[in-house]
Amino acid sequence: MRIRTAGAIAASLLCLAGAAACGSKSEKPATGATASNGELVIWADDKRSAALKPFADKFGQENGVTVTIQAISKDQQTTFLTASQQGSGPDVMVGAHDWIGNLVQNGAIDPVQLSDEQKNGIQPGAIKAVTFNGQTYGVPYATENLGLIRNAELAPDAPATIEDLVATGKKLKAEKKVSEILCLQSGQNGDAYHAYPLYASAGGYLFGTTSTGEYDAKDLGVGKAGSIAAFEKLRALGEKGDGALKRSITTDNSTATFTGGKCPFLVAGPWATADVKKAGIKYDISPVPGFKGGKEATPFLGVQTFYVASKGRNKALAQEFVTNYVTTADLAVALYRAEPRPPALTAALEQVKGQDPDLAKWADAGRNAIPLPAIPAMAAVWEPFGKAEAAVIGGADARSTVEAAAKTISSSIK
Amino acid sequence: MTAQLEGPATRALPVLRHIIRILLLGTVAAVAIWAAFPLAEGRHWTGLGILAATTAGLLYLYTTSRHIPAKYLVPGTLFLIVFQIFPVLYTASTAFTNFGDGHRGSKADAITAIQTASVTRVPGSTEYQLKIVTKGDGALAFLITDPATGQLSIGDSAGLRPAGGNPPPGYTVLNAGQASARSREITDFAVPTAAGAIRSAGLSRAYEGTAVRAYDQATDSIRDSVSGKVWKADEGAGAFVAGDGERLAQGWRVNVGLANFTRALTDDTISGDFLRTLVWNFVFATASTGGTFLVGMAFAIALQGRMRLKGLYRILLVLPYAMPSFAMLLVWRDLFNTDFGLINNVLGTNVDWFGTGLTAQFAVLLVQLWLGYPYMFLVTTGALQAIPGELTDATRVDGAGPLQAFRAVKLPLLLVALTPLLISSFAFNFNNFNAIYLTTEGGPFPADNPANGATDLLITYTYRLAFGGSGAQYGFAAAISIFIFLIVAVVSAVSFRRTRAQEEVYS
Repeated sequence: MRIRTAGAIAASLLCLAGAAACGSKSEKPATGATASNGELVIWADDKRSAALKPFADKFGQENGVTVTIQAISKDQQTTFLTASQQGSGPDVMVGAHDWIGNLVQNGAIDPVQLSDEQKNGIQPGAIKAVTFNGQTYGVPYATENLGLIRNAELAPDAPATIEDLVATGKKLKAEKKVSEILCLQSGQNGDAYHAYPLYASAGGYLFGTTSTGEYDAKDLGVGKAGSIAAFEKLRALGEKGDGALKRSITTDNSTATFTGGKCPFLVAGPWATADVKKAGIKYDISPVPGFKGGKEATPFLGVQTFYVASKGRNKALAQEFVTNYVTTADLAVALYRAEPRPPALTAALEQVKGQDPDLAKWADAGRNAIPLPAIPAMAAVWEPFGKAEAAVIGGADARSTVEAAAKTISSSIK
Repeated sequence: MTAQLEGPATRALPVLRHIIRILLLGTVAAVAIWAAFPLAEGRHWTGLGILAATTAGLLYLYTTSRHIPAKYLVPGTLFLIVFQIFPVLYTASTAFTNFGDGHRGSKADAITAIQTASVTRVPGSTEYQLKIVTKGDGALAFLITDPATGQLSIGDSAGLRPAGGNPPPGYTVLNAGQASARSREITDFAVPTAAGAIRSAGLSRAYEGTAVRAYDQATDSIRDSVSGKVWKADEGAGAFVAGDGERLAQGWRVNVGLANFTRALTDDTISGDFLRTLVWNFVFATASTGGTFLVGMAFAIALQGRMRLKGLYRILLVLPYAMPSFAMLLVWRDLFNTDFGLINNVLGTNVDWFGTGLTAQFAVLLVQLWLGYPYMFLVTTGALQAIPGELTDATRVDGAGPLQAFRAVKLPLLLVALTPLLISSFAFNFNNFNAIYLTTEGGPFPADNPANGATDLLITYTYRLAFGGSGAQYGFAAAISIFIFLIVAVVSAVSFRRTRAQEEVYS
């Protein structure tokens, strides 16, 4: 009796383990399979899903197909990759352009073939950002970059240089009108994205470019003489120097400190304007200033992009939607209304520019922005670069810090 | 035999019993059928067989009157397999592969991705307007218009030829819905031309493009027809590698044997920081468990005697346990902010809490203490109430003071009951990813070493190694998690052995 019981248990165990192993892999494609006849599945984040809905419905009606939009609220890139691999992913994915390198190496997206006319309708910087290994990997619809938001009551004039900014900030601090000179988020572990304009102005670069103008993972700028000089300048602005850069200013409190009037300058992107407006502060937007006598403080250009999924079930329709529908101005304007970032389509930008004075200022702040590197090697840069930034802001020696960061980065670039 | 085993309560309601049994077995059958369709569609015959056998086994087991012990054991065991054993086996099998970014799919997937990614438009070629058409027999064709000349052509696998009408006789134009039903065919459809092939860009445009890179089965390599460069398949690495060592980004998943384990053991950057991290990891787990236990026990004892508002105090003490630790960790992180944090503001200090190693370690332990003592308070309160009052009375009669009574009688009895909980709490804290990742993220990091911080636990450290550098490396992460599992397993096994010895002494 006992042996038989044990045998029965063991057998059922094996059964279930096997069923779980095979079942978990294959149950999802089947639910997707019902979607194969004339259904287009689009994944986007929460905000954009809502804005896309009317247009997706319109596209569906015009073409006699069903368009389903699913909001993916978290970890969109990983979710998309894992789902694609299982065969339960979408046909169209909406996301940031710097995913491209990783999506391509995982075979998750297909190139799109835009006509010359379509390409010319999109801002050149945005097209450059979605070009990877000579191919266009998606259709850009909005751009974003950092700028300097200032409290126009405290600082009426846009500072021409960082030195001017620090002087104004110090004066206001001495008059006890503010408690901080500059709100540029860093946190204990740094923030490479927000530090980059200053780093670039002081002569640093992340990756060199190849002959075709794309980023070259073999030419790492961190650790080079220019980067050491740049970190020296960040150190001079830091806690042991001017006190303009502080590790206590983080993602969470940077905008709040500015809107609370405790800080005259905020380095942020278009996403911060909503909060600033709500606070009722008289504000103005200008480009992030560079160091006196230094290079221009170029921010990163981020581009929101529509991708065609390689493993989608309805690729022909996805291509049609992405290349021939997303490139129309109406959709770009609607997405702008959902979240005010400058449209990548020139026609759409012109259309909304008149209604929103900030938009032209953001576009101006990003005039010379350089595309955020989309190469997979960039993943290795973020953390070590940020930590090095935090360390020098705290007063650590610039040279040894940058060299250690460079070592960590290059050892993890394959 | 069955009649003897069935209790009076179940015998009283045979109808209800049958209904419940039918409902439950019906659910099992329904789940099985729900799972069977995708298995059949995906042609996973083994999986389907296993599913059928499991379902049949379950149905048999709960319809027969025999195998009574199995009826009790099987449900729990099944869940144990699905939620414990299967994930462990899956992790273990992943540890022997290079699964990760760039190596997610099969070789065929990689080849398709490489070829698709290399299709480029022929320079200076025409962009056509496109209609998808079918012939009477259902075969696809492209009806394309040259926008400059307005010339209509029909194209299929035989090539391009002038079309005699729009649509030409014998052809039907597909609307988007019909076309999308044949999406895959359309995407793969190519009309050969002299310079390459005409392919679709969506359903309304076509372009002339050529695939620059092609896979050659005979030599098992990828060749670039423009540069002439050749990448040979390397089955050991799961990638196409050129003579000069250059790798194509799109690789595939292969078995790499023990490579992930040897990498964890031999890589300088990993082994250099390993010991220091391990020591702190033990300090963190021990101090978190020990600290919360001491504080929780102290409160439990203090609230054991007669006092007014005891219930209220107990509720207040348990409050931290009722709040989501996820949010509380983030709140605590902000409380420790140097310039804006409540702690420095209230104390009037200017301590850079998360900026130096010792203060950061102290801070995370403090947060752990706050989050963890209510649990210990609850379990100790329970265990204290289980200790018979006669024992305490007996010690008093024997002339022992309260402290002595506690040390000699209560504490040992408490420990017998609570040691298993302490061990599991230790094992949990040993891998308490959130406690570190949501507060210090492992920092502060020494200026010369951004890879390993002062409050890094093995789990946060390895998370950074496996996912922070060049994308996700699941294979490597799995190998390291096996190492961590071994450490925790050894610690737990030793502790349980000692507990058993203790139990023999006191019980």
